[in-house]
Amino acid sequence: MNGSHERGIGEVLLELQEVSMHFGKVRALADVNLKIRKGEIHSVIGPNGAGKTVMMNVISGLYRPQKGDIHYKGRRINHLKPNERACIGISRTFQKVEVFGGMTVLDNIRLGRHIHLKSGILSGALYFGKTAREEIEHRAFIEQEIIDFLEIEQLRHKPVGMLPYGLQKRVELGRALALEPELLILDEPLAGLNLEETEDMARFIIDINEEKRWRVTCLLVEHDMGVVMDLSDRVFVLNFGNMIMDGTPAEVQSSPEVIKAYLGEEELYATRG
Amino acid sequence: MPQGVNAAEEPTGIEIEKDLTIPKLFHRQAKRFGEGRVAMREKEFGIWRPVTWRDYFENVKYLALGLVKLGLKKGDKVSMIGDNRPEGLWAEMAAVCAGGVGVWLFQDSLIDEVKYIIDHSDSKFLFGETQEEVDKALSIIRECPKLKKIIWDDPKGMRNYRQDCLISLDEVRELGQELDREQPTLFDRLVQEGHGDDLALLFYTSGTTSLPKGALLSHNNMLTMGKHLMEVDPCLSTDDYVSYLPFAWIGEQMMSISCGLQIGYTINFPEGPGTAPENIREIGPHVMFAPPRMWEQMTRTVQVKYLDATWTKRKCFEAASRIGYHVADMRFKKKRIPWYWSALDKLSKVCVQNKIKDHLGLTNVRNAYTGGAAMGPDHFRFFHSLGVNLKQIYGQTEVAGISVVHRSGDIKFDTVGHPIPGTEVKITPEGEIITRSSSVFLGYYKNPSATAKALRDGWLYSDDKGFVDDDGHLVVFDRTKDVFTLRDGKPFSPQYLETRLKFSPYITDSWVIGDKRDFITAVLCIDYAVVGKWADDKKLNYTSYQELSQKPEVYDLIEKQIAQANQDLPVTAKVKKFTNLYKTLDPDDDELTRTRKLRRAFVEKRYQEIVDALYSDAETVHIDTTIKYEDGRESRIRTDMQIRKVKA
Repeated sequence: MNGSHERGIGEVLLELQEVSMHFGKVRALADVNLKIRKGEIHSVIGPNGAGKTVMMNVISGLYRPQKGDIHYKGRRINHLKPNERACIGISRTFQKVEVFGGMTVLDNIRLGRHIHLKSGILSGALYFGKTAREEIEHRAFIEQEIIDFLEIEQLRHKPVGMLPYGLQKRVELGRALALEPELLILDEPLAGLNLEETEDMARFIIDINEEKRWRVTCLLVEHDMGVVMDLSDRVFVLNFGNMIMDGTPAEVQSSPEVIKAYLGEEELYATRG
Repeated sequence: MPQGVNAAEEPTGIEIEKDLTIPKLFHRQAKRFGEGRVAMREKEFGIWRPVTWRDYFENVKYLALGLVKLGLKKGDKVSMIGDNRPEGLWAEMAAVCAGGVGVWLFQDSLIDEVKYIIDHSDSKFLFGETQEEVDKALSIIRECPKLKKIIWDDPKGMRNYRQDCLISLDEVRELGQELDREQPTLFDRLVQEGHGDDLALLFYTSGTTSLPKGALLSHNNMLTMGKHLMEVDPCLSTDDYVSYLPFAWIGEQMMSISCGLQIGYTINFPEGPGTAPENIREIGPHVMFAPPRMWEQMTRTVQVKYLDATWTKRKCFEAASRIGYHVADMRFKKKRIPWYWSALDKLSKVCVQNKIKDHLGLTNVRNAYTGGAAMGPDHFRFFHSLGVNLKQIYGQTEVAGISVVHRSGDIKFDTVGHPIPGTEVKITPEGEIITRSSSVFLGYYKNPSATAKALRDGWLYSDDKGFVDDDGHLVVFDRTKDVFTLRDGKPFSPQYLETRLKFSPYITDSWVIGDKRDFITAVLCIDYAVVGKWADDKKLNYTSYQELSQKPEVYDLIEKQIAQANQDLPVTAKVKKFTNLYKTLDPDDDELTRTRKLRRAFVEKRYQEIVDALYSDAETVHIDTTIKYEDGRESRIRTDMQIRKVKA
């Protein structure tokens, strides 16, 4: 990946130290160490059941690890609840879309903006001064930075449940972006998408990461190896809860260990199209 | 929207002197309307944003000067590609004001088409909109050495582009401002240069048979076109017009430039192609000009909603339609409408049709036009039953728009009406329609043989067959080469039957075969959304268009639609056999032109096996073909298409 200097890849944004997580006797994560630097696209790959989604849930706060520390911008965040982690800039999408099907696209996205609303119940009810100004600002943000960016103008007032799967994924991404995150966790953003939708989504991810306006650090879980190798600055390989390696796409592709554990069969490495 | 201005208060049009040019008129109108009047509106970020005539003028001025600074000389070609948006119109106007010649490309043109037009037109500049157009341009620039600069205006995705040939719209504008400071009178001088007979636009016609031909249009061609049309149906400066059809289509130019500039109505640009229907509804335009497929789409929307509605709503709609059709038919026959019918009509309009019109954005429409291809009488009657004053026009790129139009109150749905003022239309002894007017073009660019064929003694030969009926209305039969000879030796227009078939909401495209054959057959494309919905309701499973189109139940459904279209046709003209195509017809596959006209000779060659099967005893036809995508990927399609006989 070129242009990493321009994107200002630098200090560590998120760090997992010796994180372990088990469910009963099943060890989902075993002493995992991970460093994500600001500005990079860091992918996590591994066979099904390797513990990737557990790792994402640990980072976003849905699960509490039994052992190990999670540091975000140098601060230990083990004790923070998911909503508190959202407030400090961690946002995510889900493997299976988790949108509010009965609500419109616009409302789903607005929901992501909620944590940035500062005015209280009373001024909200009276709707004057700061509240009104705040609403205009947020509206402008949603329209200019999200709806226009994701090209979903024609869907604003459609209930999300009525949309095809690919567009639901896009709306979910929009909601995650509405938080204006610094770290975006994308849990299999391309799963179930057709070729055209995959290309669109991959482009959005690059834009989110590179565009001056966003410059969001991305943690990407994905099975589509072609996309992972093209997009990522670093790739983290997980198998049965153990880290196999963490390196550049080129290193990962040439590592015999990784090939054995994951890429093993040649067909698995075949990319789409 | 503001309304209620009396037509008599409006300037009754502008004298088009011989030396009047588009830039001169633009200059005059911009000075006249200034800051107080909205020239255009664009919906952006969910809000309609106005652009006053002053903004319009300044943008055009600086862009024009910017082009001059970049080396534009008089007569240089400037190409434009992109969706309808103010910047597109500014670029066109700037090119013309700077003494250049505007060339529009269809937004969805493939690389080969872009290359052909850029190269053939000798374009020096290309205005693109987004990264997509820039990519297209960059991939052909080596093969088009005359192309010097590519101008883009949407920065999205453009961060890593550093080629010297690229420049942003803002930078061009800044160059223009710089030049304006150096030579403050330059723009006015440029505008005052030029004569009405100078070349203004180069428009590529969508050839149904061959490569596109570039029609040369002068300022005078364009301006007289607008004037003559508005003499028939005056527009008001308070009117709203929605510009959402491709600028590369002459009809859109006629409305936005020829008429828009003269009368100064507000041109509204939708947010994106996907939001156009919604945005049209918000604006409620007063004038509309669209090719038949847009009207067909609207009809289909209503038909589908009808099928979905509750019993009570369906019954109300049926009753109102019956009244609407009856009254419309009386009007077509120019009969006096008895008071009780007109009372019933008013009631049904208030209760039903006005609501439908509102949903289609047709509430304020005073004059609506369809043209560019044939439209079936069923669609025509449908809109009149709603109370929409839809008129057929006949025109072509070579007359800068239109030459024949229906007059209000004198509408016959199988004709195209009378010639507009200043236009003579005649039929040659061979039955060809020929036209003479001040809007007839100057010739084809770099194609003297085609020019000599089309222009003879000042008359434009259209290659369309037609005749004038007893009321003096022109009837356009079909393209000369497309006219069929039936078994009984009678001539027959396949378009007529195709449009009839398309009145069914389940059919999007139709292709009728049968020239000099024993009987007529048809290849049909189902409407994926509508038939898909129908299949869902019937609990039929399908995964793709291909699979759905070949379901026996779908064949039954389509057969019923054909039987309906077959009604009251002479026996020799009835469709006897048909098949559902496994894909839709697509301009990207060269099967349709960019304006969605069927390229008959091409499809006949491409689907030779289907044609053969339709005229043999076969019950299925096996298809094994490879489809090539735009990005070079290929996929193989293997399927069996059924051949179905239509029961009499």
